[in-house]
Amino acid sequence: MKKKLIFVAFFAFFAGFFGFINSTAVFAGGLTNYTYTYNEWGIPVPSPDAYRVSSFILGDSFGIGHFDRPQDLQVFGNLLYVVDTYNNRIVTLQINDDGTHELAEVITSVTMPDGQQSTFDRPYGIFVSDWDLTRGERWIADTFNQRILHTDENWNVITIIDRSKLELSLLPDQLDFLPRKIASDFSGRLFVQASHVNRGLMEFDLTGYFVGYMGAPDVSISPVDQFWRMIATREQRERMALFVPVEYNNVRIDDEGFLFVTTSSADVDPIRRLNAMGSDVMIRNGLDDPIGDLWIGSAAGISGASTFIDAAALPNNTFVAFDSNRGRMFAYDSQGQLLYVWGGVGNREGNFILPTALVNMDFTLFALDSTAAAITRFDLTEYGQFINSALEMYQRGLYEESVFYWQEVLRMNGNFGLAYIGMARAYLRQGYYRNAMEMFRIQNDASGFGRAFSFYRRVWMEDYFWIFAAVIGVLMIVPPVVRQTLKIRKEIRNS
Amino acid sequence: MSPTNVEKRIKLPASLRNFDVDHYLKSLKFSLYTMRRPLDGFWDLIHEGRGSLAAAHTLVAIMIIVEILRLVLTNFQFININMETFSAWLIMGQILLPMLLWSLANWSLTTLFEGKGKISHIYMGTAYALTPMIIINAVLIPISHIITFEEGALYWVFTGLAVIWFVLLLLCAMKEIHDYTFGKAIITSLASILAIGIMIFIFIMFFAVVSGGIAYFYSIGQELAFRFLG
Repeated sequence: MKKKLIFVAFFAFFAGFFGFINSTAVFAGGLTNYTYTYNEWGIPVPSPDAYRVSSFILGDSFGIGHFDRPQDLQVFGNLLYVVDTYNNRIVTLQINDDGTHELAEVITSVTMPDGQQSTFDRPYGIFVSDWDLTRGERWIADTFNQRILHTDENWNVITIIDRSKLELSLLPDQLDFLPRKIASDFSGRLFVQASHVNRGLMEFDLTGYFVGYMGAPDVSISPVDQFWRMIATREQRERMALFVPVEYNNVRIDDEGFLFVTTSSADVDPIRRLNAMGSDVMIRNGLDDPIGDLWIGSAAGISGASTFIDAAALPNNTFVAFDSNRGRMFAYDSQGQLLYVWGGVGNREGNFILPTALVNMDFTLFALDSTAAAITRFDLTEYGQFINSALEMYQRGLYEESVFYWQEVLRMNGNFGLAYIGMARAYLRQGYYRNAMEMFRIQNDASGFGRAFSFYRRVWMEDYFWIFAAVIGVLMIVPPVVRQTLKIRKEIRNS
Repeated sequence: MSPTNVEKRIKLPASLRNFDVDHYLKSLKFSLYTMRRPLDGFWDLIHEGRGSLAAAHTLVAIMIIVEILRLVLTNFQFININMETFSAWLIMGQILLPMLLWSLANWSLTTLFEGKGKISHIYMGTAYALTPMIIINAVLIPISHIITFEEGALYWVFTGLAVIWFVLLLLCAMKEIHDYTFGKAIITSLASILAIGIMIFIFIMFFAVVSGGIAYFYSIGQELAFRFLG
């Protein structure tokens, strides 16, 4: 999938061209987020905004001082938990239905089972359970205290996961246990992403004991590397980079209990969706795999592929991956087809300096910028809502009903490829084969076109079969008749 | 004034002056024979003078045209290219360059290994070997519009068949032109492909060295200009 790495000059021209288009749009229609998507040829094309910034949240606005390098966000109901890492506290914000927000509480310590208060040392992550079994309970990755605190909803510690529960993990003694991100499933199993652990996620049971590693990404050695290793001497081989599995950098759990994991390594899929067994069940039916940018430019000190740092699983099975390299957010549908991309690196509203975390409250997104110490709230635009409505109909197989929404989407953006496919499916079902063929053609969908065309061909054959029958009949009847006539005439003349 | 003087005054190139239309058409039609009876056909093509360079050029030209039409007119279910980046000149180069390199490389090799063929013979044989590819590809263009993606196996089988037929013809041509055994024809053909690789490598290296050299002297010139003139 490492294709289309078309570099430098052309991209620079293109990016400049885009900037121009968008900067004119700023004056025309207010704030934009430089939204784009990739068309059926894998070429970036502009798109209307699907998400726009609706507020920019700084810690200072609540009178509690600025956040200091916050590392994680978590959503529970209408509460937004901010892990304010270097202030050693967890700040809870309440998001109101009218779009405003207020401070709910600031937690600097938890109550231990023996009744004493215990403070944090640079916590990196939190998970608040919304499952029936553990609703409201929290797990805090108290990273530099080398422990995970499992608390009830009143911040009373139930269990502490520390080194004493890691016997089975074979973690070397000289290596610190630094848990960073946490997710828990409906049965209370805990999945932890920890620093220096490259065997996948650490899995703990509800009582806090280590059970095993799960979901390690497969390591693949390219044939070229294999060749070089084969001919290298022992000394050279020792100095080569080791082919060890890569570390994950985040873990999120979706409503169905699947884990979204991301990694910064360019050698494996940057985002995977794991089932309970730890195998990748991400659906990759899109025109391109969910790998972020297809065109990779090199400018302003930024180069290389997209490096996902977090992902938000939206209620309709779409997901948004957060690229820490270029500060962009990539929205994919349930089939892994790219919908739209927006964001960027910078000091503008809607841009980021060091992207860190992304969570969703229903369809509203909250993105955390560690360096700017701020949370940016994104809300759906009309365009994004139309896409979601269409996708909902489409995923339920209601193709005819989805046509209205796809038409609305196309009215706003003729570059939105999925809309053509959606309409083609509807036409196919309604019997408009010709139109379906045309729509599939626009999207280079050969198998869809083939299906529509086979129906079209059958109808055509049924309609015009009499012509074939007539031609064949004429060919079979006329020559013998002519021959016979000539023969008779000859005989008459001769007699 | 004798007739020879008149001819001299018009100054037509010898190849055009002696152009034999009848032979040209016959040699063009002979491509259909080499396609069916390659061993016999390629021997006659070279050693009995049944072929002509003009016909070979024509076949290559038709091949280029058919290839362009194939890429442009085939139903998108089977061949889908972005017309925004399509270049007919590129397709032309993709056919002509390998043909010329092949002729050159093959001649360079076989001439060392008792090959009887001249460079023009090799070119002619290769061009005649293209015949089945031209015919099959041309027929497949309309067929691609009446079959569906699911029936694509039919299309790809014939495309593959065309290539296999071409390769077999090419080997037969090499065998007959150089008066080799089949084994020797295969070995020299493989070696020719290697030789093409070496030729391209040297070509690229030469360009890199020359452009590096030019850049070096250009920068020296600039340095001098900045120091003494600026």
